[in-house]
Amino acid sequence: MTVLLRYDGTFDGFLSCIFEVYDRKLANFSIVRMQHYHPSLLCEAIDIGTDPTKAARVWSGLHKHLSRTKCHEIYKSFLSELPQIEQVLSDFIRHAFASKGKIENDIGHPAVLAVSQIAHKVHREKHRMEAFVRFQRTKDGLYFASIIPDFNVLPLIVSHFRDRYADQDWLIFDRKRKYGAQYDCKSRKVSEVLIDLADEAQGEFLPAHLVHDEEIEYQKLWKGYFHSVNIGSRKNQKLHVRHVPTRYWRYLTEKREW
Amino acid sequence: MNWDRVREKLEILADAAKYDVSCSSSGSKRSNKTKGIGNTTASGICHTYTEDGRCVSLLKILLTNYCIYDCLYCVSRRSNDIKRAAFTVQEVVDLTIHFYRRNYIEGLFLSSGIFKNADFTMERLVRVARKLRTEHNFNGYIHIKTIPGCTDDLMRDAAQYADRVSVNIEMPTESSLRKFAPEKNHNDIVRPMGFLSEQISAVSNERKLSPALPAFAPAGQSTQMVVGASPENDFDIMRVADSLYRKFSLKRVYYSGYVPISRDNRLPQIGTPVPLIRENRLYQADWLMRFYHFSIDEIIDPSRPNLDLDIDPKLAWALRNPHAFPIDVNTAAYEQILRVPGVGVSSALKIVKARKFRRLGWDELKRFGISFNKAKHFIVCDRMDTFPRDVDPIVLRHTLAGQSKYAINDVQQLPLFA
Repeated sequence: MTVLLRYDGTFDGFLSCIFEVYDRKLANFSIVRMQHYHPSLLCEAIDIGTDPTKAARVWSGLHKHLSRTKCHEIYKSFLSELPQIEQVLSDFIRHAFASKGKIENDIGHPAVLAVSQIAHKVHREKHRMEAFVRFQRTKDGLYFASIIPDFNVLPLIVSHFRDRYADQDWLIFDRKRKYGAQYDCKSRKVSEVLIDLADEAQGEFLPAHLVHDEEIEYQKLWKGYFHSVNIGSRKNQKLHVRHVPTRYWRYLTEKREW
Repeated sequence: MNWDRVREKLEILADAAKYDVSCSSSGSKRSNKTKGIGNTTASGICHTYTEDGRCVSLLKILLTNYCIYDCLYCVSRRSNDIKRAAFTVQEVVDLTIHFYRRNYIEGLFLSSGIFKNADFTMERLVRVARKLRTEHNFNGYIHIKTIPGCTDDLMRDAAQYADRVSVNIEMPTESSLRKFAPEKNHNDIVRPMGFLSEQISAVSNERKLSPALPAFAPAGQSTQMVVGASPENDFDIMRVADSLYRKFSLKRVYYSGYVPISRDNRLPQIGTPVPLIRENRLYQADWLMRFYHFSIDEIIDPSRPNLDLDIDPKLAWALRNPHAFPIDVNTAAYEQILRVPGVGVSSALKIVKARKFRRLGWDELKRFGISFNKAKHFIVCDRMDTFPRDVDPIVLRHTLAGQSKYAINDVQQLPLFA
């Protein structure tokens, strides 16, 4: 009978499940997030508590079998939050633990290829967020941006913004997952914020009375710049949309309608 | 700030700078050690794309579009009746910083029309870069277009603050430059390239021993050639590019399809389409030389001096050399796999890595993201026997040209209201 391992949806929780798989020598199992769980007559369900020690053991075990880059890819693909991600990752991890050599280049293997492809997709969105996030300067000097990424990429982009904008206070907020990363330039620390945004801050752009006096002018300058650098006789809308998919347009100041 | 005036200047001076194709922000690793503003990433970031599909990574503007020169191919030429404007040094600095803080850009690409003389103009460009670096603690990307004819000292100063410096060669040959830009001097363009390339390699050698030395144009130098304004064929252009890469170790040569902007009858007339496909083929050929181990004479030679517009240059080479195929992906050397049409650098790397673990068949290859419909005619793998492929170069050329993104689609050609 298949054993269903339920966990809290965190990465450590997932790694704790992997620990249990080996500890209990499970062959037929399936790992599922609490919120995705549906009772079934054919399966026995067990709740796996998140245990940082067990998670750390699995994580360091993985580092013995895989390079750091590949381990980071495991984390990245986990952040995709795809429904089948636990399956893909546990197949991959079992293949890694079962093999003597390093298997990360064995992309002829379905799980190895899947992990590298999913990680690639997540990475692409991470890169896009680094490009498409647009800060608005608020009245009190905070640089604020809110995003709704397909994947949970906020943890991946924090270090980029921390390194780059070291001398300004900023906040990037994920409206879909309702949490944000806030940087304080005095202490140079990033902290996680769990808040409910005020109704008027729910859109991509903050209303005029919340932003700095010069903010709207700079937004208009940028939009004007964007239109001036276009060469009409080379217009290529298909290419434009391939690079800037329409679902990201809502973040972009240059696409803002006034 | 007078916002309306700044907005107007920005529109004029961005419009005048847009024919410079480079917008690359890659190749430099300037970290934000000073905990000021900005850093550069090795891969660069495109913050948006224009509606013509080009990357917008930098605030690309001219300091001024006033110019003492009258180069035929240039919008800012003296005799052209257009609106003129000039930024002050401080205005450029402010725009850069405020755009950067909002994450609109990776940095600044500053070029200029030439007012008074080369040194006078260049000195101002350097001042912008110096101010950004020293007063504003700015560690983002700066690309400075060197003004031909300025002194070595100014060039050296520019390269000290900038990540990349460039001199545009503009016309592929000296004779075209004489014809289209009679007041400019070929030597004034080529000499600074030589100077910069010597300095860049000297400083980078010194920095290997003492990394604390200040960087000198860490992202190297690049240049740009206008294609389609002058009579040179692709062979001429590629020969120039090839020698620039070899002589001056340029990071990039950009090819800019001429956008008609002048009524002068020595140039393609306004309304003539921009040679986009030709430009694309030149870039493909350029990539073959830089990343695919092709030599220039394998791609092009005087007997067929222009690249095939219907098919890409790698496919063209493969069709001229049917004896080199098929290639067995399970055994062939990496360099050979690179030569298979439809297989790029990253797929070739995947293939050589993955085949160490298991023999590769069609299914694996398809999943690796190669351009399978093209590649299948040139490779064999495990289950070769079951796969029909065209081997006749003429038939194959016809089949594959029909799959090109540039192939004219018959359906689209039908009039809407027939």
